[in-house]
Amino acid sequence: MKITPFAGTALAALLTLSPAAQAHKLWLLPSHTVVSEAQWITVDASVSNDIFDVDRPFSLQGLTVTGPDGKEAPVDHRFEGHRRSSFDAELSEEGSYRITLFRPMYMAFYQLDGERHRRRGDSAEALLREIPEGAEEMRLSEVMNRLETFATVGAPSDFKPVGKGLELQPVTHPNDLYAGETALFRFLVDGEPAAGVEVEVVPGGSRYRDNHGALTATSDDNGEIKLQWPQAGRYHLEAAYSDDRASHPKAEGRRLQYMGTFEVLPL
Amino acid sequence: MRPWLSLLAALFAGVAAANATAAELRLEVEIPRMAVAEYHAPYLAFWLKHADSGDIVPLGLWYDDQEKWLKDLRLWWRRTGRTQSQPYDGLTGATRRPGTHSMDFSGLPALAELPAGAYELVVEAAREVGGREVVRLPFQWPATGNKTVRADGEQELGRVQLRLAP
Repeated sequence: MKITPFAGTALAALLTLSPAAQAHKLWLLPSHTVVSEAQWITVDASVSNDIFDVDRPFSLQGLTVTGPDGKEAPVDHRFEGHRRSSFDAELSEEGSYRITLFRPMYMAFYQLDGERHRRRGDSAEALLREIPEGAEEMRLSEVMNRLETFATVGAPSDFKPVGKGLELQPVTHPNDLYAGETALFRFLVDGEPAAGVEVEVVPGGSRYRDNHGALTATSDDNGEIKLQWPQAGRYHLEAAYSDDRASHPKAEGRRLQYMGTFEVLPL
Repeated sequence: MRPWLSLLAALFAGVAAANATAAELRLEVEIPRMAVAEYHAPYLAFWLKHADSGDIVPLGLWYDDQEKWLKDLRLWWRRTGRTQSQPYDGLTGATRRPGTHSMDFSGLPALAELPAGAYELVVEAAREVGGREVVRLPFQWPATGNKTVRADGEQELGRVQLRLAP
């Protein structure tokens, strides 16, 4: 596995402008991913530094669980606690489920009285109205975060792309991952294969290691990356892409992020 | 009357000939005794894998009607189990207690049409609150004479022996 430097210049810019966002690894962690019987599973959600140890909760707004044939599956016991959020999802049919938390939003950065400020909102118009008088160097940016994980009852089934933002189109099915094997994943931006998507994959258990242990890759002209799993366990995949196709005319660009959780089983 | 008798004789001769040429595939499996406080008899799965094509022929399954644990037979689940549903292919029955058990796969319809070639008979065992093990027995099909293939497990399986006859 070639280690390549992480060339996310836009991300670096965002990080320097928003020092509060230090622990920025958002993730979903399902209790089960490969099951042989219809059942409820439970999913933890947290933003933390250690993969997959909880630290802070976040809102479950924008959560959908899509089952085989595109039907929505029931979600119950949504919970936002002191250190994590969680919910239960019912897998009642044979086939694969895609658990997604999609949060498109806008961020505004500006300077006021020599201090840097940052505001977030779901609507660009509402956000712009909130900017105080006298704000300088205002920059509006669109951010689309997609958190995702997958679970399958019985034999795996395929998913249709959503066609919005950054998403993963599995060539290798996400519930067919085994230690030592190589998975092929394709990244789409607004439904089209995207080259140059920067990907970082961190194995779970980072608290018990001295190094982050990340594998990195960049998607090729087909939007594809190959990942060879060094061992069984859960992995956090973070993909990032920037372009200037923001939905709002005043926004200067888009930052698209995909955060997926994958379970790799032993052979 | 005579034409009927000769027809019956011909039929019997045909049936006898068919029995005489049915190839044999018999397996003996030893489930080891475990000195543990919470013991559950292991789930076992049996199948054939063609060495070149990778084609899978399910032979059987021992499980106690709890589909929840079938996924713990990880290799079987991935290769064939997850695309099956009840009733499971091959000789299917309950789990067995520690000791040596015999399985005769000879009469399975899948064997009657089995293409010639190099195969592995794969046995996978998974025990609740216990381990998981896979044992493989390579053989040639059809057998050219009486053959015995033996492989031993190290934890969840003991002696595993395959007997073939042409």
